[in-house]
Amino acid sequence: MTRPRAEFSLPRYYRAGMRIEFQRELQYRVRFFLMLLGFMIEPTIYLVVWTSVADAQGGEIAGLTTGTLAAYYIVWTLVRVFNLGVNPEAWEWRIRKGRLNEFLSQPIHPFHRDFAFFAGAKFIWTLAWIPVAVFLSWIFDPVFEWAIVNVIGFAIAIWGGFTVRFLMLYALGMINFWTTRGTAIFGIFVASELILSGRLVPLELMPEWIGDVAVWLPFIWTFQFPIDTFIGRLDPIEIVSGIALQVLWSLGLGLIFVLVWKRAIRRYGAVGN
Amino acid sequence: MSRRANVLRLARLHLKLGALNELQYRINFWVQLFNSTLNLGTGLVAIAVVYNQTDTLGGWTGAQLLAVLGVHVLIGGFLRTFVVPNMWALIQDVQQGTLDYTLTRPADSQLIVSVRQISIWNLIDVALGVGVIVWAVREMQADLTAAGIASFIVTLLCGASIVYAIWLSAVTIAFKAVHIGDLMDILNGVYEAGRWPVTIYPLWLRGSLTVVIPLAFAITVPAEIISNRIEWWWLALPVGVSVAALGVSRLIWKWGVRNYSGASA
Repeated sequence: MTRPRAEFSLPRYYRAGMRIEFQRELQYRVRFFLMLLGFMIEPTIYLVVWTSVADAQGGEIAGLTTGTLAAYYIVWTLVRVFNLGVNPEAWEWRIRKGRLNEFLSQPIHPFHRDFAFFAGAKFIWTLAWIPVAVFLSWIFDPVFEWAIVNVIGFAIAIWGGFTVRFLMLYALGMINFWTTRGTAIFGIFVASELILSGRLVPLELMPEWIGDVAVWLPFIWTFQFPIDTFIGRLDPIEIVSGIALQVLWSLGLGLIFVLVWKRAIRRYGAVGN
Repeated sequence: MSRRANVLRLARLHLKLGALNELQYRINFWVQLFNSTLNLGTGLVAIAVVYNQTDTLGGWTGAQLLAVLGVHVLIGGFLRTFVVPNMWALIQDVQQGTLDYTLTRPADSQLIVSVRQISIWNLIDVALGVGVIVWAVREMQADLTAAGIASFIVTLLCGASIVYAIWLSAVTIAFKAVHIGDLMDILNGVYEAGRWPVTIYPLWLRGSLTVVIPLAFAITVPAEIISNRIEWWWLALPVGVSVAALGVSRLIWKWGVRNYSGASA
């Protein structure tokens, strides 16, 4: 009897990587529960602040009702965990400790491994998000305006947002090949994201020029765009063009990463323990 | 020399060594200054965005909220200078089984694990926090009495003890579940909740931040005192809570060490 030969293919690698990560996350239940609680804090803070501001203004600010704001931040929670990627500090650690060797010794590019593993974790995060969403909905009465196009659009946009953000972080991580002070640049990234992506507040609440700047940058496509798609604030044309922009940003950032990676890897010498 | 004096000397020596170690890396100062300013900047943007839409948030004016932010940044600076680096070292020791080296030393183990590391540049946040508080006080044009200022300083010290006790307790409880490095991220998230006065939160969150993780007494109460929102004698509350928190964390530490069996080998 001949054993079926296990052929390598990238899709198969991705499937396996995602499954491993899904199972791995499933093991640590207490940690998982705690992380969920941790993730709930940030949106709850924003929610409380903005719903009380909206209440004080008669239930609406800048065209956003308390119900819409609640919906915004509840979906925010899902988008936030969905958007997790390999942060630049992890790259610093890999490079400084020589852990990158382990990745480089594999014939496959480390990007695929990281991307597959992070993608796998999304399924469990989505499952875990459901009770959080139920709890927050019970307290804050969100208003969704759903059409089927929003649900389908969101299913694509959330992966698009993840890909854009993952590539941004990944490209940013490359800085660590040149300097050990990457944290300053990462700080700029965090601050820009907070203000320009809709992570802190929907951009309608910001001064207008910030919104004007934001559409030209990748951040908004990782937070506010998927959220707005889900809660029904965008029409089909806006959804499709947003997804198209996500694709463009992914390609652009991917290209930057490929170019930088070639130079970066030439510089790499493990520092070791 | 008495045992107590010895303990203090040991703590001082450890801190001095840690500080000198860090002071070698001058460029870290600039990186930290940059990041701290950026952080403070986003905090200020958040307040500006809120008060662009409204005059008061749950009864707090913009200047009073600035005071909360100042206390939050100040206590956060203390936390990252003295507490967090030590807790990271402790987590690492537990994971690698090297805590044994500390436990077998004759000095008090809680003291040693609490003073081994110091990230001196994070003191920048303490300075920025003080700056923001001064700014807030000027904005409020509040009549500050000497008793008010003195009790504010006492509440800040209480706040520092409370956050230390919270962090130590959480990490000690985590001995039992070694895979809990993410704990620090979670605690960080919880600390962020202190950036706004707890009085604006819904009951479940306010309750947790008062009873379970008493950040309310570490940040909101000091800010209320410096804003003249409450009388100075309210400081009895943070004093009581900090004493209780330190006591409980001591008990938890003893329990943790008793149940600690090492993760190596």
